[in-house]
Amino acid sequence: MKRDLVSIHDISKDEMLEIIRRAAYFEKHPISEILKGRVIASLFFEPSTRTRLSFESAINHLGGRVIGFSDTKATSQTKGETLNDTIRVVSNYCDMIVMRHPIEGASRFASEVSSVPVVNAGDGANQHPSQTLLDLYSIYKTQGRLDGINIMMVGDLKYGRTVHSLLQALSHFKAHFTFVSPKELNLPDEYKEFLKVNGQSFYETEDIMECMNEADILYMTRVQRERFPDPMEYEKVKDTYILKKEMLDRTKPNMKILHPLPRVNEIALDVDNSDHAYYFEQTRNGMFTRMGIISYLSEINGIVEPFNFD
Amino acid sequence: MSTEKEFLKVRAIKNGTVIDHIPASAVFNVIKLLELDKVENEIIFGTNLGSKLMDKKALIKIVDKYFGEDELSYLALVAPMASVSTIKDFEVVEKHKIQPPKEVNGYVCCANPMCITNKEDICTHFTVTLKESGELALKCRYCEKETRINSLKLIK
Repeated sequence: MKRDLVSIHDISKDEMLEIIRRAAYFEKHPISEILKGRVIASLFFEPSTRTRLSFESAINHLGGRVIGFSDTKATSQTKGETLNDTIRVVSNYCDMIVMRHPIEGASRFASEVSSVPVVNAGDGANQHPSQTLLDLYSIYKTQGRLDGINIMMVGDLKYGRTVHSLLQALSHFKAHFTFVSPKELNLPDEYKEFLKVNGQSFYETEDIMECMNEADILYMTRVQRERFPDPMEYEKVKDTYILKKEMLDRTKPNMKILHPLPRVNEIALDVDNSDHAYYFEQTRNGMFTRMGIISYLSEINGIVEPFNFD
Repeated sequence: MSTEKEFLKVRAIKNGTVIDHIPASAVFNVIKLLELDKVENEIIFGTNLGSKLMDKKALIKIVDKYFGEDELSYLALVAPMASVSTIKDFEVVEKHKIQPPKEVNGYVCCANPMCITNKEDICTHFTVTLKESGELALKCRYCEKETRINSLKLIK
């Protein structure tokens, strides 16, 4: 049975830990030949810089080769080919498919018609599981643990898929959540219900400073103008959720700032030099995490010794 | 049960199935979900009938046809209050309890316009969940969004 990674719901806590272990291994041994002779298709039906380069670099570091496209203009999709046909054809040419698609559910469908494993690199507003796993790896690396993390999530909590996936993944590890957002972009009730059902503690506030000094992780997201039905409301709140260096004076020394990027203005540039800034290292962790994901789904086993997470 | 007068409006059948207390607005959805538009059996139905239980109801009688619990479970999506009776020799011999299905394959559109099932010719798949409010919701296998029962649209 082939394994796909379409949604964060597809993998168990043990598998998350296994992928993090592999990421840590590949960080120490970034040059590998374990995918030698294998071909991986990188199908980007929608433009992306970081995610595509990160996956393709991961494949190259593992000794595999990449085929694919980063723009549908040069593909038969412009001739009206269905996703079904594209995936069925491409899965004959490769050992794994990494895909991004603007339509929600496209990756799940692709995984059903593909004969090779499918990795979802983002399907519209739905899932982006490698982002969640790299967030977990970054938390593990910076805090030395995943259990009992105090995480503050800031910005667009309504539409931010990275926030939704991460809180679901962290619920395996008994985190404490603080949600900071303008009321227009509050976390949807279904996720609060999920946290309650899973016995997680959380607190909601509109004030970014209120719980800042207790946080281990500050997870920033972008507040986008187009999310506001009323542009006046956006003008009122747009500067409220900008992180500036002086706000970090009394934070915990271990506190790290994560951001899925791209950043626009929600983190002031002077924060970049702070010891708390971690968002660029986070992207580097992404590559190792993707090496972990690809090696795991390729069913290449026995490369990583288990290590203790406690 | 319906009054004797209503039975006169929609005549009795000797053998088959009677589906009563369908909201009048849902009668065509019931026909679609039970694929009554595809069967050859004699079907008698009345709609916009008065009812003590509901505003306007519909009633369907299908001659010589019987349904499994799986087929009937789909009624929970559009007519949860419906009562289904098996008729043998003009007598009710069995009353069915409608249990919601665990899964719904096809028939229903995903409410998310950005879902792949609304963009390409793909059969929908949902798992049925019970919300805290007691309302049923259908979770799409593809986009993972929920379609609420009160905004449910059937595939044309």
